[in-house]
Amino acid sequence: MLVQYLPFLILFIVAVAFSGGAILLSRLLGPKRPNPVKLAPYESGMVPIGGTRRPFHIRYYLVAMLFILFDIEIIFLYPWAVIYLTARAARLFLLLEMIVFLGVLMIGYIYIWRKGALDWE
Amino acid sequence: MPEIVIFLLIKLVMTIVIFALWMTMVPFMIWLERKVIADIQIRIGPNRVGPFGLLQPIADALKLIMKEDITPAKADKLIYPIAPALLMVPALLAIAVIPIGGMVTIGERSFTLQIMGEYRGPNGFFVPELDAGILLSLALSSLGVYGVVLAGWSSANKYSLLGGMRSSAQMLSYELPLGVALVGPLLLASSLRLNEVVNAQSNFGIWFIIPQFVGFIIFLMSGTAEVNRAPFDLPEAEQELIGGYHTEYSSFRFAMFFMAEYLNMVTISALAVTFFLGGYRLFTDIVWLQPIWFALKLMLFLYLFVWIRGTWPRVRYDQLMALGWKVSLPLALVNLAITAIVLAYVPKRAVLVLTITSIVLITIAYYGSSYNIRRSTDMTARSGYARRHLPESEETRI
Repeated sequence: MLVQYLPFLILFIVAVAFSGGAILLSRLLGPKRPNPVKLAPYESGMVPIGGTRRPFHIRYYLVAMLFILFDIEIIFLYPWAVIYLTARAARLFLLLEMIVFLGVLMIGYIYIWRKGALDWE
Repeated sequence: MPEIVIFLLIKLVMTIVIFALWMTMVPFMIWLERKVIADIQIRIGPNRVGPFGLLQPIADALKLIMKEDITPAKADKLIYPIAPALLMVPALLAIAVIPIGGMVTIGERSFTLQIMGEYRGPNGFFVPELDAGILLSLALSSLGVYGVVLAGWSSANKYSLLGGMRSSAQMLSYELPLGVALVGPLLLASSLRLNEVVNAQSNFGIWFIIPQFVGFIIFLMSGTAEVNRAPFDLPEAEQELIGGYHTEYSSFRFAMFFMAEYLNMVTISALAVTFFLGGYRLFTDIVWLQPIWFALKLMLFLYLFVWIRGTWPRVRYDQLMALGWKVSLPLALVNLAITAIVLAYVPKRAVLVLTITSIVLITIAYYGSSYNIRRSTDMTARSGYARRHLPESEETRI
């Protein structure tokens, strides 16, 4: 039902209006006196060496990938948790199913742990 | 007037009231933090602007609005200006599913004090509570990562980039235990709707903090890491990264990062109250008292956040990642498995058995995790010269 989401739209408009309005207000009220030193990247008073558009450590990529994998698995726990208590007759089946599911997940988890993917440096 | 217009008007008023509640919590929290930290460090803290320095955050906000809004010459012209809003808007939207009070009846209309809550009007006009509930809140809190990483990247500053990358990796890592820790209370409540989680706690006659103590601890820890608060505030470590991803920002855009952080903190506290401390219910079911109970419990958590910041030193980055991936995640999954097994075999005495197992589990986890983190981070701590030449003593350990 679409009506259900209308309050969310109201909140969204309020949130965007607040953020946009505050930024606009500070643009209007604040001074505008740029100079080259002020516009340079801040590096504790040193003249910056080199740019920032460079490759970063592979670990960040690894963390992002593992996150996606595990997050998708964890989302499956939510619908399971919701029906678990209400489905009286099938509860033991549900339990077994989830143990198998978590077991498969754990094999992958132990594998990446042993491979050292979770070690930071 | 058609019913839908009245519905929207009521929701508009409710949205503005809840929005205002969150927006008053932010300056209050900033004031509380400065006062309590000052007390802990035996200082006085703000005491000049207004009674007890209460108007200090307002004065700070006004000052920041009047400051120059700088866009560095090398910064990305499109992403740099909107990055603070990308962080702020999801932080504000996450309040949509949080109930601050129960069912209110005015004439022939009744509704819960919750932006996406239930609404009953005359002639069978009925809008149910959003069934995705907590999923919406979790999804929106994940969206905040975009604001952080894009702010860091678009600033064209090395500190910002490092802060943004660190922060995104941290937020992603702690998202997992945060999600799993909530499955325990959801198993007991059998619903994703936050209002029903609150009702389930009054049906069980016990706050979920007792049978789900392990889940609560993991939620609190991951929540602290998720909002980049001390002792997990590495992305904004002032001493190392000069503020991290918001180094280059000035004026109100700078203030927005802080507002978003405090808003997220209030939201995480509100979720903790709803899931573990019985939500808006306490003793009686008098409706107008419920938002007050909610606000009081909320302040309890806000104080806890400040207390933690005033007490613990910052953790090292490898310890942070180890705590997230090697301790919190498996512990949350074990807690989930125990909860499911207990509910399957002893559903009648579930609360009692779960309380005992939580105490046992948290004791094992405490000793296990300190060993685990030591073992997995000690090698790097004692790398190079120290490992080859120095005897292992307590000083070289963590």
